[in-house]
Amino acid sequence: MSSQKESVVRTLAVALSVCLVCSIFVAGAAVALRPIQVENRQLDKQRSILAIAGIGDSDLSGREVKELFGQRIVARLVDLKTGKFSDAFDPKTFDAAASAKDPKLSQVLPGEQDIASIKRREQYSVVYMVETNGKLDTLILPIRGYGLWSTLYGFLAVKGDLDTIVGLGFYQHGETPGLGGEVDNPKWRALWVNKKLFAEQGNLAVQIVKGNVDPQSPKAVHQVDGLAGATLTSNGVNNLLHFWLGENGFGPFIAKLRAGEA
Amino acid sequence: MAAQPSVREVLLNPILNNNPIGLQILGICSALAVTSNLKTALVMSIALTLVTGCSSMFISMIRSQIPSSIRMIVQMVIIASLVIVVDQLLKAFAFSLSKQLSVFVGLIITNCIVMGRAEAFAMQNPPLLSFYDGIGNGLGYSVMLIVLGVIRELFGAGKLLGMTIIPTVNDGGWYIANGLLLLPPSAFFLIGLIIWGLRTYKKDQVEQPAYRLAPQVSDKEAH
Repeated sequence: MSSQKESVVRTLAVALSVCLVCSIFVAGAAVALRPIQVENRQLDKQRSILAIAGIGDSDLSGREVKELFGQRIVARLVDLKTGKFSDAFDPKTFDAAASAKDPKLSQVLPGEQDIASIKRREQYSVVYMVETNGKLDTLILPIRGYGLWSTLYGFLAVKGDLDTIVGLGFYQHGETPGLGGEVDNPKWRALWVNKKLFAEQGNLAVQIVKGNVDPQSPKAVHQVDGLAGATLTSNGVNNLLHFWLGENGFGPFIAKLRAGEA
Repeated sequence: MAAQPSVREVLLNPILNNNPIGLQILGICSALAVTSNLKTALVMSIALTLVTGCSSMFISMIRSQIPSSIRMIVQMVIIASLVIVVDQLLKAFAFSLSKQLSVFVGLIITNCIVMGRAEAFAMQNPPLLSFYDGIGNGLGYSVMLIVLGVIRELFGAGKLLGMTIIPTVNDGGWYIANGLLLLPPSAFFLIGLIIWGLRTYKKDQVEQPAYRLAPQVSDKEAH
Protein backbone atom coordinates (compact mmCIF):
# COMPACT_ATOMS: atom_id res chain seq x y z
CA MET A 1 0.00 0.00 0.00
CA SER A 2 2.58 2.53 1.07
CA SER A 3 4.90 1.90 -1.89
CA GLN A 4 1.97 2.32 -4.26
CA LYS A 5 1.00 5.55 -2.49
CA GLU A 6 4.48 6.99 -2.98
CA SER A 7 4.85 6.26 -6.71
CA VAL A 8 5.60 9.17 -9.03
CA VAL A 9 2.42 8.77 -11.07
CA ARG A 10 0.29 8.71 -8.00
CA THR A 11 2.01 11.72 -6.49
CA LEU A 12 1.40 13.68 -9.67
CA ALA A 13 -2.20 12.54 -9.82
CA VAL A 14 -2.90 13.60 -6.24
CA ALA A 15 -1.16 16.96 -6.74
CA LEU A 16 -3.09 17.61 -9.92
CA SER A 17 -6.48 16.70 -8.55
CA VAL A 18 -5.99 18.70 -5.35
CA CYS A 19 -4.98 21.74 -7.41
CA LEU A 20 -7.90 21.28 -9.76
CA VAL A 21 -10.51 21.02 -7.02
CA CYS A 22 -9.03 23.96 -5.12
CA SER A 23 -8.77 26.21 -8.15
CA ILE A 24 -12.39 25.55 -9.13
CA PHE A 25 -13.41 26.33 -5.55
CA VAL A 26 -11.40 29.58 -5.40
CA ALA A 27 -12.34 30.74 -8.89
CA GLY A 28 -15.99 30.00 -8.21
CA ALA A 29 -16.01 32.09 -5.05
CA ALA A 30 -14.11 34.97 -6.68
CA VAL A 31 -16.38 35.13 -9.73
CA ALA A 32 -19.60 34.72 -7.79
CA LEU A 33 -18.74 37.42 -5.25
CA ARG A 34 -17.17 39.94 -7.63
CA PRO A 35 -20.31 41.97 -8.41
CA ILE A 36 -21.04 42.46 -4.70
CA GLN A 37 -17.46 43.49 -4.03
CA VAL A 38 -17.34 46.02 -6.85
CA GLU A 39 -20.57 47.54 -5.63
CA ASN A 40 -19.23 47.69 -2.07
CA ARG A 41 -16.15 49.55 -3.18
CA GLN A 42 -18.16 52.05 -5.19
CA LEU A 43 -20.67 52.55 -2.41
CA ASP A 44 -17.89 53.12 0.09
CA LYS A 45 -16.40 55.85 -2.07
CA GLN A 46 -19.75 57.51 -2.74
CA ARG A 47 -20.59 57.37 0.94
CA SER A 48 -17.37 59.16 1.88
CA ILE A 49 -17.86 61.78 -0.85
CA LEU A 50 -21.31 62.56 0.52
CA ALA A 51 -20.03 62.66 4.10
CA ILE A 52 -17.14 64.98 3.23
CA ALA A 53 -19.38 67.29 1.22
CA GLY A 54 -21.70 67.40 4.23
CA ILE A 55 -24.72 65.98 2.42
CA GLY A 56 -27.08 63.65 4.26
CA ASP A 57 -26.59 61.76 7.53
CA SER A 58 -23.73 59.46 8.38
CA ASP A 59 -25.93 56.37 8.69
CA LEU A 60 -27.51 56.30 5.24
CA SER A 61 -28.43 52.91 3.84
CA GLY A 62 -26.77 51.70 0.67
CA ARG A 63 -29.75 52.59 -1.48
CA GLU A 64 -30.06 56.08 0.00
CA VAL A 65 -26.39 56.74 -0.68
CA LYS A 66 -26.79 55.77 -4.32
CA GLU A 67 -29.93 57.84 -4.74
CA LEU A 68 -28.51 60.95 -3.09
CA PHE A 69 -25.24 60.63 -4.97
CA GLY A 70 -27.05 60.37 -8.29
CA GLN A 71 -29.23 63.37 -7.54
CA ARG A 72 -26.73 65.79 -6.09
CA ILE A 73 -23.25 64.99 -7.31
CA VAL A 74 -21.85 65.53 -10.80
CA ALA A 75 -18.57 63.86 -11.74
CA ARG A 76 -16.30 65.67 -14.20
CA LEU A 77 -13.00 64.66 -15.75
CA VAL A 78 -10.17 67.18 -15.35
CA ASP A 79 -6.92 67.34 -17.29
CA LEU A 80 -4.40 68.15 -14.56
CA LYS A 81 -1.84 69.49 -17.03
CA THR A 82 -4.03 72.09 -18.69
CA GLY A 83 -6.31 72.57 -15.70
CA LYS A 84 -9.39 72.28 -17.91
CA PHE A 85 -12.31 69.93 -18.02
CA SER A 86 -11.84 67.12 -20.47
CA ASP A 87 -14.04 64.67 -22.33
CA ALA A 88 -11.33 62.14 -23.02
CA PHE A 89 -13.04 59.53 -20.86
CA ASP A 90 -16.41 59.05 -19.23
CA PRO A 91 -15.96 60.22 -15.62
CA LYS A 92 -18.55 57.72 -14.39
CA THR A 93 -16.49 54.75 -15.48
CA PHE A 94 -12.99 56.24 -15.50
CA ASP A 95 -10.76 54.56 -12.93
CA ALA A 96 -8.42 57.32 -11.73
CA ALA A 97 -6.63 55.01 -9.30
CA ALA A 98 -5.74 52.56 -12.07
CA SER A 99 -4.73 55.33 -14.47
CA ALA A 100 -2.20 56.64 -11.93
CA LYS A 101 -0.29 53.39 -12.49
CA ASP A 102 -0.67 53.38 -16.28
CA PRO A 103 2.52 54.74 -17.90
CA LYS A 104 0.47 56.18 -20.77
CA LEU A 105 -1.86 58.13 -18.50
CA SER A 106 0.53 59.22 -15.78
CA GLN A 107 3.96 60.69 -15.29
CA VAL A 108 6.75 60.09 -12.82
CA LEU A 109 7.18 62.97 -10.40
CA PRO A 110 10.74 64.13 -9.79
CA GLY A 111 11.74 63.83 -6.11
CA GLU A 112 11.64 67.50 -5.19
CA GLN A 113 8.12 67.92 -6.61
CA ASP A 114 6.80 64.76 -5.06
CA ILE A 115 6.13 66.16 -1.60
CA ALA A 116 3.18 63.82 -1.07
CA SER A 117 5.35 60.76 -1.96
CA ILE A 118 2.94 59.40 -4.54
CA LYS A 119 5.66 58.68 -7.16
CA ARG A 120 3.37 58.92 -10.19
CA ARG A 121 0.64 61.41 -10.94
CA GLU A 122 -2.21 60.70 -13.30
CA GLN A 123 -2.95 63.03 -16.19
CA TYR A 124 -6.70 62.88 -15.75
CA SER A 125 -8.52 63.02 -12.47
CA VAL A 126 -12.20 62.89 -11.61
CA VAL A 127 -13.57 65.73 -9.50
CA TYR A 128 -17.07 65.85 -8.06
CA MET A 129 -19.28 68.91 -7.94
CA VAL A 130 -22.46 69.89 -6.21
CA GLU A 131 -24.34 72.51 -8.20
CA THR A 132 -27.41 74.55 -7.35
CA ASN A 133 -29.12 76.31 -10.26
CA GLY A 134 -26.04 75.87 -12.43
CA LYS A 135 -23.77 77.56 -9.88
CA LEU A 136 -20.94 75.64 -8.24
CA ASP A 137 -21.84 74.97 -4.64
CA THR A 138 -19.20 72.51 -3.52
CA LEU A 139 -16.14 71.17 -5.30
CA ILE A 140 -14.81 67.81 -4.15
CA LEU A 141 -11.22 66.96 -5.06
CA PRO A 142 -9.64 63.52 -4.69
CA ILE A 143 -6.39 63.69 -2.72
CA ARG A 144 -3.84 61.15 -1.65
CA GLY A 145 -0.38 60.97 -0.13
CA TYR A 146 1.89 59.14 2.22
CA GLY A 147 1.47 59.40 5.99
CA LEU A 148 3.53 57.30 8.37
CA TRP A 149 2.86 53.74 7.20
CA SER A 150 0.52 54.04 4.32
CA THR A 151 -0.92 56.10 1.52
CA LEU A 152 -3.99 57.99 2.65
CA TYR A 153 -6.78 58.26 0.08
CA GLY A 154 -9.42 60.87 0.61
CA PHE A 155 -11.33 63.91 -0.54
CA LEU A 156 -11.20 67.62 0.11
CA ALA A 157 -14.44 69.54 -0.30
CA VAL A 158 -14.38 73.32 -0.77
CA LYS A 159 -17.16 75.85 -1.18
CA GLY A 160 -18.00 77.61 -4.44
CA ASP A 161 -15.55 80.41 -3.56
CA LEU A 162 -12.79 77.77 -3.98
CA ASP A 163 -11.28 78.91 -0.71
CA THR A 164 -13.41 77.80 2.24
CA ILE A 165 -13.13 74.17 3.32
CA VAL A 166 -16.36 72.21 3.67
CA GLY A 167 -14.71 69.01 4.78
CA LEU A 168 -11.68 66.78 4.59
CA GLY A 169 -11.68 63.05 5.04
CA PHE A 170 -9.95 59.81 4.13
CA TYR A 171 -11.71 56.67 3.00
CA GLN A 172 -8.68 54.44 2.94
CA HIS A 173 -5.50 54.44 4.99
CA GLY A 174 -3.41 52.16 7.18
CA GLU A 175 -2.29 54.56 9.89
CA THR A 176 -2.06 53.39 13.52
CA PRO A 177 -5.52 53.22 15.06
CA GLY A 178 -5.78 55.74 17.90
CA LEU A 179 -2.77 57.77 16.76
CA GLY A 180 -2.47 58.51 13.04
CA GLY A 181 -5.79 56.75 12.58
CA GLU A 182 -7.36 59.72 14.37
CA VAL A 183 -7.54 61.39 10.94
CA ASP A 184 -10.94 59.69 10.96
CA ASN A 185 -11.92 61.27 14.28
CA PRO A 186 -15.03 63.46 13.67
CA LYS A 187 -13.69 65.98 16.21
CA TRP A 188 -10.50 66.48 14.24
CA ARG A 189 -12.30 66.55 10.93
CA ALA A 190 -14.60 69.24 12.30
CA LEU A 191 -11.56 71.48 12.85
CA TRP A 192 -11.15 71.79 9.10
CA VAL A 193 -14.58 73.19 8.41
CA ASN A 194 -14.55 76.86 7.35
CA LYS A 195 -10.77 77.12 7.28
CA LYS A 196 -9.45 79.11 4.31
CA LEU A 197 -7.06 77.55 1.81
CA PHE A 198 -5.46 80.67 0.39
CA ALA A 199 -4.02 83.85 1.87
CA GLU A 200 -5.03 87.22 0.47
CA GLN A 201 -2.29 87.29 -2.15
CA GLY A 202 -3.55 83.95 -3.43
CA ASN A 203 -0.73 81.93 -1.89
CA LEU A 204 -1.52 78.55 -0.45
CA ALA A 205 -1.71 79.12 3.30
CA VAL A 206 -3.57 76.18 4.79
CA GLN A 207 -1.37 74.20 7.17
CA ILE A 208 -1.31 71.80 10.08
CA VAL A 209 0.57 73.11 13.09
CA LYS A 210 2.10 71.06 15.87
CA GLY A 211 0.08 71.40 19.07
CA ASN A 212 -2.82 73.81 19.24
CA VAL A 213 -3.60 76.73 16.97
CA ASP A 214 -3.37 80.11 18.68
CA PRO A 215 -6.83 81.60 18.05
CA GLN A 216 -5.41 85.15 18.34
CA SER A 217 -2.97 84.63 15.48
CA PRO A 218 -3.95 86.22 12.16
CA LYS A 219 -3.05 82.91 10.53
CA ALA A 220 -5.50 80.94 12.67
CA VAL A 221 -8.06 80.90 9.88
CA HIS A 222 -5.65 78.81 7.79
CA GLN A 223 -4.36 76.55 10.56
CA VAL A 224 -5.48 73.24 12.00
CA ASP A 225 -4.20 71.47 15.14
CA GLY A 226 -1.83 68.59 14.50
CA LEU A 227 -2.81 65.14 15.74
CA ALA A 228 -1.37 64.41 19.19
CA GLY A 229 1.12 61.56 18.99
CA ALA A 230 1.00 61.43 15.21
CA THR A 231 3.39 64.08 13.93
CA LEU A 232 4.37 62.12 10.84
CA THR A 233 0.78 61.45 9.81
CA SER A 234 -0.01 65.15 10.38
CA ASN A 235 2.97 66.12 8.25
CA GLY A 236 1.80 63.69 5.60
CA VAL A 237 -1.68 65.24 5.47
CA ASN A 238 -0.13 68.70 5.34
CA ASN A 239 2.16 67.66 2.47
CA LEU A 240 -0.53 65.97 0.46
CA LEU A 241 -2.78 69.00 0.76
CA HIS A 242 0.03 71.23 -0.44
CA PHE A 243 0.77 68.88 -3.30
CA TRP A 244 -2.79 68.55 -4.57
CA LEU A 245 -3.57 72.24 -4.17
CA GLY A 246 -0.26 73.24 -5.72
CA GLU A 247 1.17 73.58 -9.24
CA ASN A 248 1.42 69.81 -9.83
CA GLY A 249 -1.99 69.01 -8.45
CA PHE A 250 -5.22 70.88 -8.91
CA GLY A 251 -3.58 74.33 -8.75
CA PRO A 252 -3.98 75.08 -12.48
CA PHE A 253 -7.54 73.73 -12.44
CA ILE A 254 -8.54 75.89 -9.47
CA ALA A 255 -7.01 78.96 -11.16
CA LYS A 256 -8.89 78.25 -14.41
CA LEU A 257 -12.10 77.53 -12.58
CA ARG A 258 -11.83 80.80 -10.67
CA ALA A 259 -11.21 82.71 -13.92
CA GLY A 260 -14.16 80.90 -15.49
CA GLU A 261 -11.96 79.31 -18.16
CA ALA A 262 -12.14 75.69 -17.14
CA MET B 1 -1.71 4.17 17.99
CA ALA B 2 -2.86 5.68 21.26
CA ALA B 3 -6.54 5.86 22.10
CA GLN B 4 -8.34 8.66 20.30
CA PRO B 5 -8.88 11.79 22.36
CA SER B 6 -12.48 12.71 23.10
CA VAL B 7 -14.29 15.54 21.35
CA ARG B 8 -14.48 17.45 24.60
CA GLU B 9 -10.73 17.17 25.05
CA VAL B 10 -9.80 18.37 21.56
CA LEU B 11 -12.25 21.25 21.80
CA LEU B 12 -11.45 22.55 25.27
CA ASN B 13 -7.82 21.61 25.87
CA PRO B 14 -6.35 24.27 23.58
CA ILE B 15 -8.14 27.04 25.48
CA LEU B 16 -6.15 26.90 28.73
CA ASN B 17 -4.08 23.73 28.92
CA ASN B 18 -2.54 23.83 25.50
CA ASN B 19 -3.16 27.35 24.24
CA PRO B 20 -1.62 27.85 20.78
CA ILE B 21 -0.35 31.32 21.69
CA GLY B 22 0.24 30.79 25.41
CA LEU B 23 2.00 27.43 25.36
CA GLN B 24 2.94 26.67 21.78
CA ILE B 25 3.85 30.35 21.08
CA LEU B 26 2.35 30.15 17.59
CA GLY B 27 0.48 32.84 15.68
CA ILE B 28 2.13 35.71 17.56
CA CYS B 29 2.50 37.86 14.44
CA SER B 30 -1.20 38.32 13.80
CA ALA B 31 -1.89 38.54 17.54
CA LEU B 32 0.22 41.70 17.58
CA ALA B 33 -1.20 43.12 14.41
CA VAL B 34 -4.96 42.86 14.66
CA THR B 35 -5.64 43.35 18.38
CA SER B 36 -5.45 47.14 18.58
CA ASN B 37 -9.23 47.07 18.61
CA LEU B 38 -11.69 44.41 19.60
CA LYS B 39 -13.70 44.36 16.38
CA THR B 40 -10.82 43.35 14.13
CA ALA B 41 -9.67 40.86 16.77
CA LEU B 42 -13.10 39.25 16.74
CA VAL B 43 -13.31 39.00 12.96
CA MET B 44 -9.78 37.63 12.76
CA SER B 45 -10.68 35.06 15.43
CA ILE B 46 -13.73 33.89 13.55
CA ALA B 47 -11.84 33.75 10.25
CA LEU B 48 -8.94 31.80 11.71
CA THR B 49 -11.17 29.39 13.64
CA LEU B 50 -13.17 28.59 10.51
CA VAL B 51 -10.07 28.17 8.37
CA THR B 52 -8.33 25.93 10.90
CA GLY B 53 -11.42 23.79 11.41
CA CYS B 54 -12.21 23.37 7.71
CA SER B 55 -8.63 22.87 6.57
CA SER B 56 -8.06 20.21 9.23
CA MET B 57 -11.24 18.47 8.14
CA PHE B 58 -10.43 18.49 4.42
CA ILE B 59 -6.84 17.43 4.99
CA SER B 60 -7.97 14.64 7.26
CA MET B 61 -10.46 13.47 4.60
CA ILE B 62 -7.72 12.89 2.06
CA ARG B 63 -4.96 12.06 4.56
CA SER B 64 -4.64 8.46 3.38
CA GLN B 65 -4.29 9.62 -0.23
CA ILE B 66 -1.61 12.24 0.30
CA PRO B 67 1.87 10.98 -0.63
CA SER B 68 4.26 11.99 2.13
CA SER B 69 6.69 13.61 -0.31
CA ILE B 70 4.21 16.38 -1.18
CA ARG B 71 2.30 16.33 2.10
CA MET B 72 3.12 19.88 3.14
CA ILE B 73 2.42 21.46 -0.19
CA VAL B 74 -0.96 19.75 -0.42
CA GLN B 75 -1.83 21.07 3.04
CA MET B 76 -0.70 24.50 1.95
CA VAL B 77 -2.86 24.46 -1.19
CA ILE B 78 -5.95 23.55 0.80
CA ILE B 79 -5.27 26.17 3.48
CA ALA B 80 -4.53 28.87 0.92
CA SER B 81 -7.73 28.14 -1.00
CA LEU B 82 -9.81 28.41 2.15
CA VAL B 83 -8.14 31.66 3.16
CA ILE B 84 -8.78 33.21 -0.25
CA VAL B 85 -12.43 32.25 -0.03
CA VAL B 86 -12.72 33.76 3.47
CA ASP B 87 -11.04 36.95 2.22
CA GLN B 88 -13.45 37.15 -0.72
CA LEU B 89 -16.42 36.60 1.56
CA LEU B 90 -15.27 39.37 3.89
CA LYS B 91 -14.80 41.74 0.96
CA ALA B 92 -18.33 41.00 -0.19
CA PHE B 93 -20.20 41.02 3.10
CA ALA B 94 -18.10 42.96 5.62
CA PHE B 95 -16.37 45.49 3.45
CA SER B 96 -15.29 48.03 6.05
CA LEU B 97 -13.87 45.31 8.28
CA SER B 98 -11.98 43.72 5.44
CA LYS B 99 -10.44 47.12 4.79
CA GLN B 100 -9.17 47.29 8.35
CA LEU B 101 -7.85 43.74 8.38
CA SER B 102 -6.23 44.31 4.98
CA VAL B 103 -3.34 41.89 4.54
CA PHE B 104 -3.82 39.99 7.77
CA VAL B 105 -6.61 37.79 6.48
CA GLY B 106 -4.32 36.75 3.64
CA LEU B 107 -1.62 36.07 6.19
CA ILE B 108 -3.72 33.40 7.89
CA ILE B 109 -2.07 31.17 5.28
CA THR B 110 1.24 31.61 7.02
CA ASN B 111 -0.23 31.36 10.51
CA CYS B 112 1.61 28.48 12.13
CA ILE B 113 -1.47 27.34 14.02
CA VAL B 114 -3.29 26.23 10.86
CA MET B 115 -0.33 24.39 9.39
CA GLY B 116 0.65 23.05 12.82
CA ARG B 117 -2.72 21.45 13.43
CA ALA B 118 -2.78 19.99 9.93
CA GLU B 119 0.61 18.36 10.43
CA ALA B 120 0.23 17.37 14.07
CA PHE B 121 -3.37 16.26 14.25
CA ALA B 122 -5.31 16.08 10.99
CA MET B 123 -2.80 13.76 9.29
CA GLN B 124 -3.45 11.07 11.94
CA ASN B 125 -7.08 11.53 12.95
CA PRO B 126 -10.52 11.16 11.32
CA PRO B 127 -12.16 14.19 9.67
CA LEU B 128 -14.78 15.08 12.26
CA LEU B 129 -12.37 14.91 15.18
CA SER B 130 -9.84 16.95 13.17
CA PHE B 131 -12.51 19.54 12.52
CA TYR B 132 -13.16 19.83 16.27
CA ASP B 133 -9.45 20.02 16.94
CA GLY B 134 -9.12 22.88 14.46
CA ILE B 135 -12.07 24.70 15.99
CA GLY B 136 -10.66 24.12 19.48
CA ASN B 137 -7.29 25.59 18.57
CA GLY B 138 -9.01 28.44 16.81
CA LEU B 139 -10.92 29.08 20.04
CA GLY B 140 -7.68 29.04 22.03
CA TYR B 141 -6.28 31.64 19.65
CA SER B 142 -9.53 33.61 19.81
CA VAL B 143 -9.55 33.74 23.62
CA MET B 144 -6.06 35.23 23.60
CA LEU B 145 -6.92 37.71 20.83
CA ILE B 146 -10.08 38.85 22.58
CA VAL B 147 -8.27 39.38 25.90
CA LEU B 148 -5.61 41.42 24.10
CA GLY B 149 -8.20 43.31 22.09
CA VAL B 150 -10.21 44.24 25.19
CA ILE B 151 -7.15 45.45 27.13
CA ARG B 152 -5.65 47.35 24.22
CA GLU B 153 -8.81 49.05 23.01
CA LEU B 154 -10.12 49.85 26.50
CA PHE B 155 -6.93 51.36 27.88
CA GLY B 156 -5.47 52.56 24.59
CA ALA B 157 -8.53 54.33 23.23
CA GLY B 158 -11.07 54.22 26.07
CA LYS B 159 -13.49 52.30 23.89
CA LEU B 160 -14.87 48.83 23.35
CA LEU B 161 -16.16 47.83 19.92
CA GLY B 162 -15.99 51.52 19.03
CA MET B 163 -18.27 52.60 21.89
CA THR B 164 -16.81 54.98 24.43
CA ILE B 165 -16.38 53.38 27.86
CA ILE B 166 -13.84 55.77 29.38
CA PRO B 167 -14.06 59.26 27.82
CA THR B 168 -10.55 60.27 26.75
CA VAL B 169 -9.04 63.74 26.91
CA ASN B 170 -9.08 63.94 23.10
CA ASP B 171 -12.85 63.58 23.16
CA GLY B 172 -13.34 66.01 26.03
CA GLY B 173 -13.22 63.45 28.87
CA TRP B 174 -10.69 62.89 31.63
CA TYR B 175 -8.80 59.73 30.64
CA ILE B 176 -5.35 60.20 29.14
CA ALA B 177 -5.20 57.25 26.77
CA ASN B 178 -2.09 55.08 26.79
CA GLY B 179 -0.88 55.39 23.21
CA LEU B 180 1.65 52.59 23.62
CA LEU B 181 -1.17 50.08 23.93
CA LEU B 182 -2.24 50.87 20.39
CA LEU B 183 1.15 50.02 18.98
CA PRO B 184 2.03 46.41 18.18
CA PRO B 185 4.87 46.02 20.75
CA SER B 186 2.40 46.43 23.60
CA ALA B 187 0.83 43.11 22.63
CA PHE B 188 4.25 41.53 23.18
CA PHE B 189 4.32 42.79 26.76
CA LEU B 190 0.74 41.70 27.35
CA ILE B 191 1.28 38.23 25.87
CA GLY B 192 4.38 37.90 28.03
CA LEU B 193 2.44 38.81 31.14
CA ILE B 194 -0.39 36.43 30.23
CA ILE B 195 2.05 33.56 29.67
CA TRP B 196 3.66 34.34 33.04
CA GLY B 197 0.26 34.26 34.72
CA LEU B 198 -0.73 31.06 32.91
CA ARG B 199 2.45 29.26 33.90
CA THR B 200 2.20 30.39 37.51
CA TYR B 201 -1.32 28.94 37.59
CA LYS B 202 -0.46 25.80 35.63
CA LYS B 203 3.04 24.83 36.70
CA ASP B 204 3.31 21.94 34.24
CA GLN B 205 3.52 24.42 31.35
CA VAL B 206 6.89 25.72 32.55
CA GLU B 207 9.59 24.60 30.12
CA GLN B 208 12.79 22.94 31.24
CA PRO B 209 15.69 25.23 30.38
CA ALA B 210 17.48 23.96 27.29
CA TYR B 211 20.87 24.44 28.92
CA ARG B 212 22.36 26.03 32.00
CA LEU B 213 25.26 28.43 32.11
CA ALA B 214 28.20 26.64 33.66
CA PRO B 215 30.23 28.54 36.24
CA GLN B 216 33.28 30.14 34.74
CA VAL B 217 36.31 27.93 35.17
CA SER B 218 39.18 29.72 33.50
CA ASP B 219 40.06 33.34 32.84
CA LYS B 220 41.17 32.66 29.28
CA GLU B 221 37.81 31.62 28.00
CA ALA B 222 36.23 34.82 29.06
CA HIS B 223 37.92 36.68 26.19
